[in-house]
Amino acid sequence: MFCGVLFGIGFGKYPLTLKINDKLLNIAIYILLLLLGIAVGSNEKIIKNIYTIGFQALVITVGAIFGSVAVCWVIYKVYFKIK
Amino acid sequence: MRGTVLVIAFFAAGVIVGFSGRLPENLISPQWSNYALYFLIFLAGIGIGADRKSWHMIRTINFRIFLVPLGIILGSFAGATLSSLLLPALHLREILAVSAGLGYYSLSSIFISELHSEALGVVALVSNILREIFTLLFVPLLVKYFGNLAGIASGGATSMDTTLPIISKYSPKEYGLISLFSGIVLTILVPFLVTFILSVGK
Repeated sequence: MFCGVLFGIGFGKYPLTLKINDKLLNIAIYILLLLLGIAVGSNEKIIKNIYTIGFQALVITVGAIFGSVAVCWVIYKVYFKIK
Repeated sequence: MRGTVLVIAFFAAGVIVGFSGRLPENLISPQWSNYALYFLIFLAGIGIGADRKSWHMIRTINFRIFLVPLGIILGSFAGATLSSLLLPALHLREILAVSAGLGYYSLSSIFISELHSEALGVVALVSNILREIFTLLFVPLLVKYFGNLAGIASGGATSMDTTLPIISKYSPKEYGLISLFSGIVLTILVPFLVTFILSVGK
């Protein structure tokens, strides 16, 4: 990560760097997701528990969104509304 | 939206191939995804370093704006802690790690599956995709009842790209910039937060 940041600061003046990097980043993400999919598909324990996993994901999402919105509502009322 | 569809397509293709059981053993070995992950982290680093506009924006902006991503992180953790009451099967640390994805599903699910387990990686993938989908669906409602920051809060790390259009459509103009800023800060922080949570209290 650190090497990457240094590299980016050094070569960031060329707009092409960011463009190529975005492309490569997307490709890397797709490859990794494909690999994660393969690992999941060949893992019986995960396939058997897929409904539990979905339910856990849903509950965490609702909780996290609710919490973020609540805290930012307070921040909004205290710091942003009075102008 | 096209990105999300592609992500799900790649993941689903992997699931089908893996499930069919026709792959040679050595392709499943974790070392491949390890190398790919290092490569990904390197690229993410380049993206951060090379992004002059974001660096400039962070330096020139009012301190209040930092409260937004900070509040989103703390709120996500608080809300995830609450939801742990409904999920006795999961350790609080695991739930916090999933919520630390903040909607950045590709990176967080990969990190979590490498650092913890593939099962939790899938929870993170589904949970954070849901965060993006819910945000796309509910921004108008959230903004109406919970103020102009609500859409940005719900979007988390996605408020800089995929959910930015809908957020700036339903909030006043200057909130587009706050949305972009908050999303950038959170996107940078996601890998650190996930790694930190999973390495603490092991």
